[in-house]
Amino acid sequence: MTRMAATRDGYGQALLDLADNPKVVVLEADLGKSTKSLHFRKAHPERTVSCGIGEQNMLLVGAGMAASGYIPFASTFAIFTERAFEQMRNGVARPNLAVHLCGSHGGTHTGTDGSSAQSIEDLAVFRTLPNVTVLHPCDDVSTRILTTRLAGTKSPSYMRTARNKTPVLYDDIDPDSIQIGKGIELKDGNDVAIIACGVLVSESLKAADMLMQEGINASVIDMHTLKPLDGQLVDQMVERCGAIVTAEDHNVIGGLGSAVAEHLVANKFAPLEMVGVPDRFGESGQADEMLDVMKLSAKYIVEAAKKAISRK
Amino acid sequence: MSKSIADLEEIARKCRVEIVKMVHRAQAGHPGGSLSEIDLIAALYATRMRIRPEQPDWDDRDRFILSKGHASPGMYAVLAEMGFISHEDLKSYRVLGGVCQGHVDMKWCPGVDFSAGSLGMGLSFGMGCATAARLDSSERRAFVMIGDGEMQEGSVWEAAMAAAHHELGNLKVILDRNRIQNDDFCEEQMRMFDIPAKWKAFGWNVKEINGHDMTEVMEGLDFLEAPENCNGPSILIAHTIKGAGISYMENNPSFHGAAPNDEQFHQAMVELGEVEA
Repeated sequence: MTRMAATRDGYGQALLDLADNPKVVVLEADLGKSTKSLHFRKAHPERTVSCGIGEQNMLLVGAGMAASGYIPFASTFAIFTERAFEQMRNGVARPNLAVHLCGSHGGTHTGTDGSSAQSIEDLAVFRTLPNVTVLHPCDDVSTRILTTRLAGTKSPSYMRTARNKTPVLYDDIDPDSIQIGKGIELKDGNDVAIIACGVLVSESLKAADMLMQEGINASVIDMHTLKPLDGQLVDQMVERCGAIVTAEDHNVIGGLGSAVAEHLVANKFAPLEMVGVPDRFGESGQADEMLDVMKLSAKYIVEAAKKAISRK
Repeated sequence: MSKSIADLEEIARKCRVEIVKMVHRAQAGHPGGSLSEIDLIAALYATRMRIRPEQPDWDDRDRFILSKGHASPGMYAVLAEMGFISHEDLKSYRVLGGVCQGHVDMKWCPGVDFSAGSLGMGLSFGMGCATAARLDSSERRAFVMIGDGEMQEGSVWEAAMAAAHHELGNLKVILDRNRIQNDDFCEEQMRMFDIPAKWKAFGWNVKEINGHDMTEVMEGLDFLEAPENCNGPSILIAHTIKGAGISYMENNPSFHGAAPNDEQFHQAMVELGEVEA
């Protein structure tokens, strides 16, 4: 039986892993129970700063602490990180202060809270900021490893995590194989490459199984880092498969699909089909229902793969 | 602390000369708010800030955060006076590649602790510096200068509430209450009502002074440093005059963000005692 877990739990665990470093501090905006920073707060209240329901202040408190030698990890819902976008832009990214922002509950997979809580644009907006690394891991194991790696970087980051559980893919993996900026090839095929992030990585593996039953052999890439994009791996997929599909629980505008498209048009080219939220807001629904409503689930990835192949 | 009131007034006068020169040379910039803040910043740096100009990134330095970062000529003039940058550097104000960027920038100018330019951000950053100092068990303080128009930004009040909640006695704010913002008088743009009462209600220690009377400025800085006011954050509300020291700029909203022409520049130098009439 596949273990199921939410990426936000990996984030919470990573903060505890990092606690031995006395410079690591946690900033909260009244959602620590949800983003899972609460475990750090319980263990290290003296290094946890409550900013109340004030995301703009939180980001800049982080900037001030980073400028004073600390390594701040700030979290809230993905949607509310956007409220502090300009603070991230002017106060964090511009002076290149290593504040690590985590937006949990990203995407329509967030579910029944409805469209106000389902960020579909966070990856796009933070990807536009110079100096900012943008991550969206697919399981709790990789989230934990990537979060701990962030503490060793010298620039700011945005990481999206998800509220709901998805299949765990990396139990027993060698941690060295999970590195910021390096995509992971989960399945090796040569007819089409599915490049996915977050909750759609496991959907992409399902899609690859479905394709295999039809004799189509797909590669599946976990592109957990959207920026900097692993362009070398994209080039390899273009050469080997000649057709690309991207899959993300995010607006088709500006996210992983756009990042891959930006790379393709300037490098080795292949037809690209983008599976993503079709430029519309969500609604209340269960996580799996939302993937169908938004045309993101495995069967839609299969359709996109066939279309991409037909365009070769 | 050995500087006399007359010494401080002379430092501020010299800084005013540099402010007008910078803005005139660039034919752009913000003279009004630089001239309203200058007595306060000059006195703060000359008598209170624990800093090492030869080592601008000294960990245990006090931080100064100019949240109203458009009023950068005032800060650059003081940094030159203190030796962080040279007077020659002041000529780089708003010039490509210059250390004196349009708005103060920590990546460009030695002695600048905060990259400003977007109002409402400095107090939060200062709260971060103060929180870090407390975690380090350091005596260093975070001084933040904000403008009155800036208080219309909601995030200022997020920070005000949070700093009081965390009882950050090492966080000291100076409000440059010059009553004018970009488009017009603050009172026309957004009425402020009772500013001291607002800050008191948010849990801050509050004192009001005349921000151009150097004796009162020193009393105000004493207030910010007084042990009895280190139980939580404190704010010095300094009543100032936009454009203070140059007759045609004083209380004139046009000089929030406009440079003097050659004739006006000459008049300013006369009024500041730099040249004969």
